[in-house]
Amino acid sequence: MTTVFDTLHEFLVSLLGSGTLSLIATTLVYAAIPLLFIILYGLVAILGEMKISAWLQDRLGPMRTGPVGLLQPIADIMKLMQKEDTTPRAADKWLYRLAPWMVFAGSYAVFAALPFSAIYIGARLNTGIFYIISIGSLVVVSILLAGWGSNNKYSMIGAMRSVAQIISYEVPVALAILTVVVVAGSMDLQSITNMQSGGIENWFLFGGPKHLAGFGGTMNVILIPVMFVAFAIYFVGSLAETNRVPFDVPEAESELVGGYHTEYSGMKFALFFLAEYASMFSVGAVATVLFLGGWQSPLGDTLNGPAMGFVWFILKGLSFVFVQIWIRWTLPRLRVDQVMYVCWKVLIPFGLAAVAAASVIAVALYS
Amino acid sequence: MPEILERRTIKHSTLATTTHVHAPEEVERGRLRTEEMVLNMGPQHPSTHGVLRLEVVLDGEIVVDVIPHIGYLHRCFEKHAEALTYPQIIPYVDRMDYISAMSGEHGYVTAVERMMNVEVPEKVEYIRVLFAELQRIASHLIAIGTYGLDAGAFTPFLYCLRDRESILEMFEKTCGARFLYNYMWVGGLSHDLHPDVLGMCRAFVKVNRETHTEVNNLLTFNHIFVERTANIGILDPLVAVNCGASGPMLRGCGVKWDIRKNDPYSIYDRFDFDVAVGSNDLGTLGDAFNRHWVRMLEWEQSLNIIEQILEQYPRNDMTDVQSAIPRRLKAPAGEIYSRTETPRGELGYYIVSRGDVKPWRVKVRSPAFSNLSILPLISRGYLIADLVVILGSIDIVLGEVDR
Repeated sequence: MTTVFDTLHEFLVSLLGSGTLSLIATTLVYAAIPLLFIILYGLVAILGEMKISAWLQDRLGPMRTGPVGLLQPIADIMKLMQKEDTTPRAADKWLYRLAPWMVFAGSYAVFAALPFSAIYIGARLNTGIFYIISIGSLVVVSILLAGWGSNNKYSMIGAMRSVAQIISYEVPVALAILTVVVVAGSMDLQSITNMQSGGIENWFLFGGPKHLAGFGGTMNVILIPVMFVAFAIYFVGSLAETNRVPFDVPEAESELVGGYHTEYSGMKFALFFLAEYASMFSVGAVATVLFLGGWQSPLGDTLNGPAMGFVWFILKGLSFVFVQIWIRWTLPRLRVDQVMYVCWKVLIPFGLAAVAAASVIAVALYS
Repeated sequence: MPEILERRTIKHSTLATTTHVHAPEEVERGRLRTEEMVLNMGPQHPSTHGVLRLEVVLDGEIVVDVIPHIGYLHRCFEKHAEALTYPQIIPYVDRMDYISAMSGEHGYVTAVERMMNVEVPEKVEYIRVLFAELQRIASHLIAIGTYGLDAGAFTPFLYCLRDRESILEMFEKTCGARFLYNYMWVGGLSHDLHPDVLGMCRAFVKVNRETHTEVNNLLTFNHIFVERTANIGILDPLVAVNCGASGPMLRGCGVKWDIRKNDPYSIYDRFDFDVAVGSNDLGTLGDAFNRHWVRMLEWEQSLNIIEQILEQYPRNDMTDVQSAIPRRLKAPAGEIYSRTETPRGELGYYIVSRGDVKPWRVKVRSPAFSNLSILPLISRGYLIADLVVILGSIDIVLGEVDR
């Protein structure tokens, strides 16, 4: 199959000749595609957040900028770019300036391993999901840098909470991911997606690929409850990893003003903001790949193909973003100790049980 | 000591004006040396409900001590009042508890009328009670909505403000003002009830009952909300009484005390309503949840009172609402303490007169001030997140605390 990379390379070879130069140019342009996607998606998501919250709260939302307020995110970005970029005098200047770039780099790097379509994946790694879990941890470091570098007590408390929370929730999230990995027998996101071809019943959430299973796929029913538990754990954990409600204690505005980004303004703040939105999509995208068939069409071969792959993948990812926004404007926030309780005493035991059950079932069905 | 650490050392101010200074102590815990931290919350902070400054001594995230610093909104009400005639004071009364200006006015005019033995027409009393109860709902809507905000729920706040808007519309139609009314005058009112208001009121009660259920489902019975608010900031009834707590703060810990029932003023004795008190059903008696729960119940009781007013209101009474206003407002020499039940609790006016057109002394017993004084007692040992929730449950209005 001709991938996007091949097409791009051919095009640039025709321009620059078949040397190292064209290869470097291809790589750069190829790497910029997710960046472009994040920015475009960011605009949609910011508008979506404003409009969905308005819809939930019996309001109109932004209405003045452009037709029905459609240009509001652009106006917001213009405002953020023009704002004075202040650094507190007592801040640790280098760490303070480094943190927003690092947090964005972490969120952006996750997109390298996401299979947007059969013909597009930034880097097809045989340990793709493992890479995503580990590179996502870069966010923790940068949040701690932001909290420490700001030299502000609110920022520091927010950063401490954030680190404790994200590190804790990586455990149940990893367990939920492991449940799928055990059944799929692979950590490569592209092959996990390929496995789930042939419609909705072959998605891992609904029992996994039946054409590959023993007993003609009839026994896959017993996998469904396990996968639902894993999916719920993954979803709850991913809310906590992206600091979204009800787990937004690190940036709880009623307690800590803005948490770790209290002192940030202008483009530095915009980077934190964009990184948060990018992570919202990427956790949804990972859930899509692991549980909901990635870029596969839910209708089997109908509407399936490389181009439709992009559509399905982004659509599924965005529906996760929608649910996250919906939850944000509905639920109150948990307290920091309750957040930890949910993680260690609820999600992790169920996660361990799901992994154990999935392992036994996988041996029975797929070996 | 390296420079960076030196910069981070907490320097505590020991100003003589500060009544209570808690110097950070070093705590030995095993071999790790930890230090208490002083965090200033406010006066610019999203959840101090105005310009309150809390000096919070923290051990990690645990609150060791809280010292509320007030006075950022002090406007010398009591001294001003000595230089003004009795009717001139009313606009200043509005600006004390600006969230429920009608209730403040009601308390003030009741006090002055008692002093001067003014008989108020029945129609005026009905309008006053109607507006006081509408104001109580408006105030509780803000209290409940912002309490949701403190707990992190944004949406109920907007539902509450939407309903508050229709109350303000009724006020606006009647007296032209939406927030600070100068509506209740000694012996009467500034304007008669607008003819549309009774119909609007009837429609409002119907819509508002639905909102009540909706807010209950979205907020009060939300599992996360209950987890956040139940069993924190428990106030003992004895402490509450000794500290002078009143209103939902006092009723939340099970004391059935409501001035409208226990020391009736105006025409409250004509209406049938219950005094809401806290319970042990979802939280512990006297905790933050019960204070919220009492407000929810009071909201419903106020709707009941409004329905009764709508039935009993003398529609054919053509009395001029200004007919009983005395020509010369001169209180006889003497003193009076008169109290009324505002949404925040017992609002008392102590007025000393020397037979002049101006009072010689006016002292206000502010419910929010007394309630706020309990904050340090009920928030020690909880987390910062709890402190915000406990402060929100007290429902302070800084205009009234500082006066």
